[in-house]
This record gives sequence, C-alpha cells and structure tokens, in this order.
Amino acid sequence: MSRIQTAKNQGSNLYQVPGLESFKINLASHGLDLSRGTCTTLQINTGLLCNQFCKHCHLDAGPARMEIMSPNTINDVIDLAHRFRFETIDITGGAPELNPHIFTLIDGLAPLAATLILRSNLTAIAGKDQERLLERIAENRVTVVASLPSLNEKQADAQRGLHSFATSIATLLKLNTLGYGVPGSGLELNLVCNPTGAFLPSSQEQVEKRFRQLLQGKWSISFNNLYTFANVPLGRFRDWLERTGNLNDYVGKLASSFNPCTLEGLMCRSLISVSWDGYLFDCDFNQSLRLYLGNRKTHISDLEALPGPGSSIAVSEHCYTCTAGSGFT
Amino acid sequence: MMETYYRPMDLPKFAEISEGAPDLAKKFFDYYAAVFAEGELTQREKSLIALAVAHAVQCPYCIDAYTQDCLEKGSNVSEMTEAIHVATAIRGGASLVHGVQMRNVAGKISL
Repeated sequence: MSRIQTAKNQGSNLYQVPGLESFKINLASHGLDLSRGTCTTLQINTGLLCNQFCKHCHLDAGPARMEIMSPNTINDVIDLAHRFRFETIDITGGAPELNPHIFTLIDGLAPLAATLILRSNLTAIAGKDQERLLERIAENRVTVVASLPSLNEKQADAQRGLHSFATSIATLLKLNTLGYGVPGSGLELNLVCNPTGAFLPSSQEQVEKRFRQLLQGKWSISFNNLYTFANVPLGRFRDWLERTGNLNDYVGKLASSFNPCTLEGLMCRSLISVSWDGYLFDCDFNQSLRLYLGNRKTHISDLEALPGPGSSIAVSEHCYTCTAGSGFT
Repeated sequence: MMETYYRPMDLPKFAEISEGAPDLAKKFFDYYAAVFAEGELTQREKSLIALAVAHAVQCPYCIDAYTQDCLEKGSNVSEMTEAIHVATAIRGGASLVHGVQMRNVAGKISL
C-alpha cells in the first residue's frame, strides 16, 4: 500500500473544513515523514489555572480552571529530569506563577538543565506577593519567555483582557531592573508575539526590529529575542473562530501556507511535553486534543526511555499551524 | 450576465491572469513582489500605503487583501484608519484644489 493510501486510510479532517487535506496525507503527498530526532527538551505544563482568559488560548486556561500540577507530580517531574538529562526545560501553563508549588519546581529543576525557561503572561507575576518569585527566578538564572502580542494597548487588551497591556509594560520594566534583557547580565528575556486575530504572523525579524525600536523609544524597555507564533486553532481560539465564521478561512490559510522546510526544526521532534497530571505528549498543543505521545497514555513515572530518533509523532490538522510560513520552533 | 462584479473567491484566481499574456504577467508579478519587499520603507509601511491607495482606487479585492496584510504586518486599526484618512484627504484635496481653476475662469469672465 502506498504511503499516501495508508495516510488516507488513517486520515481525518479535525475541523471538518471542506477540501482540507489531512495533515498526514499532505505530508505523504510531499514525500515527507515527520519523526522524532534526539530529545533535548522537557516541557512542563503546570496547570490550566490562569489569571487571564485569553481569546487565543489553545488550552482553554483561565481563572476558573482548577487543574494544577500537584506536589507529587512535581516530584515526579524533578525525578524525570534527574533520570534523563535535558538541555532545556521549559515551564508553561496556564500561568505557572499561580501554581503554589512553583518554587519547588524551579529550585528542583534549575540545577538539572543548561537552560530553564519560565513562560510568563507578564500579569500573573505582577502582584506584590510575587516579588519573591521574581527574585528567585533571577537567582536561578531562569530564562523568561513573555507574551506580548502587540504594542497597541487596544489590540493587546482585546486578546488578553483589560489592563493586561499596561501591567505587561510595568512587569517588563521590573524585569529590566532585575537585569533581564539587559546586555551582559546573563539574564535572558525573550518575547513571544501572537497575532491578535485570525491571521498569520509577520516576519519575525521585522516584528523584532519594530518592537525593539518602540519598546526602547517609548518605555526604555530592552529584551533579547522575539519570536512570532501563529495562533493554534484549538481550545478557546477554535471556539472563537467557529463563532465568528473564521474557522474555514483560517485553517485554509494555515494549510495553504504549508512550508516543507519547517519540518526539520519543529519542536515536537526534540521535546516531550508533560501535562499537569503527569502524562506525556509530543507537544503542548497535543495536550488540548489528548493526543498522547506514541498514541499511548503514559505517566512520567512509568517512562523507561526517552522516545528515540525515528519514532513517530502524533499529528492532526492543527499541525498545519507549526508548518505555516516560517514555522513554529 | 454576471450576478455580481466582485466575488471574494475570485481573489485567489489573480495569478490566472497570466494565462492570457504570460510574459507580461511575469514582469508585472516580479515587479509587484519587488515593490513590496523590505527596502528603505518597511513591509509594514508599504502595506499601509497599499491600504490607503486601495481605498483611493476603491478596489474591494485590494481592501480585503491589504486589511489582512496590514494586520499580519503588525499594524492596528487606528493606524489603518489614519492611513485611509490620508487617502481621503488627498482625494478631497484634489477636488478642492481644482477650485483654483474655477476661480481663475470665473475671475476672468466676471465683472
């Protein structure tokens, strides 16, 4: 049976968009195979609790979500990082800052990887009681990856909630004061810019140049790098796309922007993603669909070996997001 | 008889225009791509100019395409609205400045 025929037999269209080719068939028709490389990164989702209710959230995180990583699972995660050494460990959420055991996680993981990343929405860490956390991440040389979708207050607040932009600017200034994003400090501050609607991101290089000019010019804020990511049509963002009649066009745009050159650098080739309850996935997006790593529900405490080069990656049509244009790495 | 002169699904067919005169179309699309490449002006700035011109020439295809392109390039609705006002001011100004012609003629033949 040909690779395309096999893919057709397995394939389905997650979005029921007329004419949308399944991701598997698309790969097969290009003669491509998406499989794992060497696993170098551990990504940890500390839970779905978040102080924000962002319209583009692929996990439907928010203030009402009670799913957070327990102390036992946090211990399992630290144990996992001991057993299999990773170059990079990436902590995400929800808002990781709201997990009451975040100090344990950061202190436990910081010595175990060359780079420890904390993904921040810049508002959860803004409260007065979070000063200690800010100091602790600086002490542990944690890299901060912060969301900032737009330099326009109205646009940013429309995506992330009222006053989020002003709070984000204040937090960036605070991070700069601690040395984050300041040349020579060794404390890295990177920004992530997601489009504020049903359209693709612009060139990363150009957006970074503009953000650098405007953040420096208006607020004297500095940062190291900026990454542009397309919004993934899952969770709350998918609901919004459906409700506003944008789903077909948006998914079609992602699929028509398929770029085979992105495959090699896709993050799912080199990371494992752990959900708040300790199960393994190929990426954080697959958590939204409960598409387990190796198509098998495996708890981190049962993991005997990291998935090796050549092993399969669970995919569906949301994967068109990471292969659109310049890609998502 | 056409039901309507503008259909959104026709926009992606733009490239098909090359079937009539491929050499001319190639020259046009190469030129078009070069014009919108990053240069002394950024792609974002060029996209805002294109949006303003699209309103001046009142091309629904261009308005649709460059509204999306402006947003993708990081512009916001306030900037885009200001760009349209620039086009509007020039269009309006172009009418009004011809009032000088009117005044010249009127002045010449009036007592």
